[in-house]
Formats: sequence, structure tokens, C-alpha cells
Amino acid sequence: MTDLALRPAPASAPPTSAFAIRTNALTKRFGDVAVVDQLDLEVPTGSVFGFLGPNGSGKTTTIRMLLGLIAPSAGTVELLGRPIPQAAREVLPAVGALVEGPACYPWLTGRQNLERMDAVGPERDRSTRHARVDEALERVGLSAAASKKYRAYSLGMRQRLGLAVALLRPRRLLILDEPTNGMDPQGTREIRHLIRELAADGTTVFLSSHLLAEIEQVCTHVAVMNLGRLLTQGSLAAMQQNSTPRLRIDTPDLRLAADTLATIGLEPITGPSTVSADVMRAEPHELCRMLVDAGVRVNGFAVERPSLEDMFVALTGEGFDVAR
Amino acid sequence: MLRAELLHLFRRRRIHALLGVLAALPVVIVFVLKFAGGPGNGEGPTFLNQVTNNGVFAALAALTITLPVFLPLAVSIVAGDAIAGEATQGTLRYLLARPTGRTRLLVAKAVAVVVFCFVATLAVAVAGLVVGSILFPVGRVVTLSGDTLSLWSGILRIVGAAGVVSLSLLGLAAIGLFASTLTDVAIGAMAGTLGVLILSGVLDAIPQLSAIHPWMFTHGWLSFGDLLRTHVTWTAIGKNLALQAGYVLVFATAAWARFTTKDVLA
Ligand SMILES: Nc1ncnc2c1ncn2[C@@H]1O[C@H](COP(=O)(O)OP(=O)(O)OP(=O)(O)O)[C@@H](O)[C@H]1O
Ligand SMILES: [Mg+2]
Repeated sequence: MTDLALRPAPASAPPTSAFAIRTNALTKRFGDVAVVDQLDLEVPTGSVFGFLGPNGSGKTTTIRMLLGLIAPSAGTVELLGRPIPQAAREVLPAVGALVEGPACYPWLTGRQNLERMDAVGPERDRSTRHARVDEALERVGLSAAASKKYRAYSLGMRQRLGLAVALLRPRRLLILDEPTNGMDPQGTREIRHLIRELAADGTTVFLSSHLLAEIEQVCTHVAVMNLGRLLTQGSLAAMQQNSTPRLRIDTPDLRLAADTLATIGLEPITGPSTVSADVMRAEPHELCRMLVDAGVRVNGFAVERPSLEDMFVALTGEGFDVAR
Repeated sequence: MLRAELLHLFRRRRIHALLGVLAALPVVIVFVLKFAGGPGNGEGPTFLNQVTNNGVFAALAALTITLPVFLPLAVSIVAGDAIAGEATQGTLRYLLARPTGRTRLLVAKAVAVVVFCFVATLAVAVAGLVVGSILFPVGRVVTLSGDTLSLWSGILRIVGAAGVVSLSLLGLAAIGLFASTLTDVAIGAMAGTLGVLILSGVLDAIPQLSAIHPWMFTHGWLSFGDLLRTHVTWTAIGKNLALQAGYVLVFATAAWARFTTKDVLA
């Protein structure tokens, strides 16, 4: 029995660590510009992790470093508890990736593309290749277009095939750079469904996206980047807990409502037909009674948690122009 | 991996087209010789004169004619595309993320390019041999020294010549592979390789530079003709093959050093 206990764990199942991805002061400089700057990312095992940031904030560059495609200028990367790029050979078979859009051979069909990708991987059991490819095609809803040339695929079909490449094998970690880019609403919903399904099986999913509503629906954790720096990271629930709820009253008596709120120390902002204010502790029903007692005619009354989009804009600023 | 890489290369329509063109050239040459009359004695490349007497010489004539331009052109295209082509398509990042070790991928690509060198040369030689034998009489082979060999030992010599030609292309192939690791633009790598080929040819032709001629990788390319002497002289062939080995060593190492450390941004 002791023999068994002493036997090293098989290479395919390295010990699980608390973090599927962990980076330490990860930095990448192109010339003088630190495109990724002192990034300390912690992605808990089993989470669905949304990686957010405006265009050019360094998300794709980070993902390339995670996969060992580019070498960090400084700092370290750990994937599934093992250092990258040193342990890439052991770790990457358990990691599926979609980096900056799909890329396949235009002159091959969807199926041939998957067969090629399967053939170059480390696990080359030819007898089960067909089944693996079939299953991946099925999962992304491409079975009907499997024998079309990639050249003839639409943007969304290409994206699906890219995902199929990432799903060729059971993975413990999926790193998806904007997985729903170019997909139709059905496709987007399917992907959301797929991500939930994978997460339920215990796969950690790390996805970057600009579709904040999407992220809000599937993610358990988020991180926000701007100009290469990490602005915040943590569980979505905690983040929303910590944010200040906002009161919004729809009323014709704008002045009166604002004055009333000011008397209890709030800082009301008056809009064309609404008055709003951040409320830290006050109970909504008490506020409502206070307003009515003061003679304010209340047409609408709401206390809202800010959406992810509000938080994102608050963190990264309103500016539309790419920062650099 | 190797098997997959070879299948992948030889399944491409571009490769079929290249091999088709290479095989078509000897056919054109032989037809011209047959129906437009052979070249007068003393004119034209060495082996063309013998074709009308013995069809098997068409293989050697074809090798002589395709070696300066067409064969190296095809090799430049395939070698330059090896890594840069994957980068251009963006598939390189997915191959590496599979994971496919960088050294492993480079070795597989290199082997595929070497196999292509042999297949391309063989396509030329076999096409010449077949068409030559159909359109012209076939018989005992007269060597450059004037003796006659049996048809079969003649053909054996021709196969040997094709082998030497293939090996002669390897220096260029290594340069192409290196160029392919330098850029993400496949056309650039192909053009760069062709540029080096032309440069080597030009330098080799300037008499003032005779000191460096023996170091040009194109210098000994036509040495395969020595196989057609009654008593084969190996000096020139040996020198050429040693030079090719040197080029392969230097540029394959450079390609490896570059590819295993490069940032894959494509
Ligand atoms: N090869 C390169 N050389 C120089 N700068 C680069 C290079 N690649 C990326 N950058 C710069 O790095 C920054 C981050 O790029 P990155 O692709 O990581 O952004 P991103 O967050 O993925 O953006 P997006 O949301 O648009 O996909 C950008 O400012 C970009 O200009
Ligand atoms: Mg990006």
C-alpha cells in the first residue's frame, strides 16, 4: 500500500492549486512603453473570470504571456500551479485557448483544420481523433458546416471553429480572448450556455470581453485593466456589495426633493425630471416616507446597484479615444 | 507530428502546382528537342546534345536546366513559408499553444522542407526520364568520358545525380528556414531567400571575387555532372556537399536560436 502512496501523481493530473492563473509583477515592455505593468492577477480555480479593459489596455498581451507565446520583460506566470514557460509542456495540454480571434488554414475544411490541430498536439491517439473532432464540432454547433472550406466561413463560424480548437480535449482551464466577437445573438447565447456548462464541470474559464452585460451574466469574478495596470479584481458579488447604491426619484418637484435629501446629508444631483443621490446607509422606505411627508410628489422611486458598465466607466473614465 | 507535417505540406494545392510546373518543364524541353530539331553540336548545355541519341539523358538535361532557377525558386517558396506562413495565417500561436514545442515544430518543418527538396528534384528527373524514353530511342549510356555503360547502370548514375542535386539544395533550404523565422510575412521570407540565391549567383560570376567563389553555396551546384564520367571523380561533389553541410549547420542553428526565443506576436 505504501508503494501506491509513494508513487508520483500521473503527469496528466498535476495537483490542483488554489489559483488557476497567478501572475506576479508581470510586465511587458515594447520599447519604452510598459504595455502590461506590474500585473498581479489571481484567478481562483473554478471561477468564471471576466478580464476587462478598454482597447489597448494590454489584455491580449497578458494572455500571450500566460500561454508562453511572448516572454515577460519582468515578473512571473503560474498556470495551474506550475511556472510558465518552464512547465508549458506539462500544463498547456490542460489549457484551451482562443487568442485574438480564430486563425485556421483557409484551404482546409473545418473538420480538416481540427484534425490538423489535433494531430500536432501532444496527445495523438489517432483512433479516437475522429470522435474528438466530431464532439468539438457538435459543441460549437458547426457539424453542418464541417466540410465547408474555412475560407468560406463567416466571421461567427470562424469564431466557433476557433472555440472548437480550444475544446478539442477536456480542459481544466480555458483562456478565451473575446470569444463572442462577431457572433449572432443565438451564438452568443450558446457560448454563454457552454461557458456555464464547462464551469459546472469544474473548468476554470478566463475570458476577456467588451460585452459587459455578457460578463455580468456569466462571470463570478472580474478584473479591470487600464493602460497596462490592474485597477481592481475580485468576486463580482463583493464588488457590487462594496459599491454605493444610488437612489433615483422621478418627480415634478425637483427643488423640493433635492433640498429634502440635502437635509439628511446626501448630495443630490438634479436631472431634467429626476433627482438622484448616492445612498450609503439610509433605508429606502424611510427615505420614501420622508420625501412624501415633505410634500414631494413621487412618480417613481428606485434604489439601484450600479451595473458592471457603470463601474467599468467609473474606473476607466468616460473618454472614447484610445488612450495610447 | 512528422507524419502530420508531411501530410499537411503535400496536401496543399500550391505544392501540387509547384511540382506540376517542375515536372512540366522537362516535358516541354523534350518536345522542343523532338519537334524543333536538336541543338547543333557544341551548343547548349552539355546533356541536351545526347538526348536525341538516348532518351534517358533527358533527365540530366532537365536537372541542368531547372537547377539554376526553377528548383531553387520552388525550394525558396516552401522553405520561406515554413514558419512565416503559419505566422501570417496566425496559426502559429495555436500550434504553439497546443502545445507543440518550438524545437519540435521547427524540426518537423525542416524535415518537410528537406523531403520537398528530394521530391521536387525527383519530379524533374522522373518526368525527363519518362518523356525522354517515350519520344527518343533508349539504349546504352555513353559517359562524358566516351565509354558506354549498360542502360541500368546509366539510370543508376542518373538517380545518383538527382540525389546530389537534392542535397545541393539543402544549403538554400536552411537559409530559407532561417529567413522564415525572422519575419511574420511569408512573402518577405520567400523574397529574401530568393535575394540571397541571386546574390550568391552574382558574386560567383564576378571574376575579381574569385577568392570567395568556393564559399558560395551555388558554386558547386553543377558538380553532379561528374557522376556521368566513367570513373566518377568525387572531389567537386564532395566539396559541394561539405559546403552545403556547413550552410545547413550554420543557418539551421541560427533558425533554432531565433525561433526558440522569439516573441510570437502574429
Ligand atoms: N508588437 C507590438 N509592438 C508594440 N506595441 C504593441 C505590440 N503589440 C501590442 N502593442 C501595444 O500594446 C498595447 C496593448 O495591446 P493589447 O493587444 O494587449 O490590447 P487589448 O487590451 O487586447 O486591446 P483590445 O481590447 O483592443 O483587444 C496597445 O497599446 C498596443 O498598441
Ligand atoms: Mg485584444
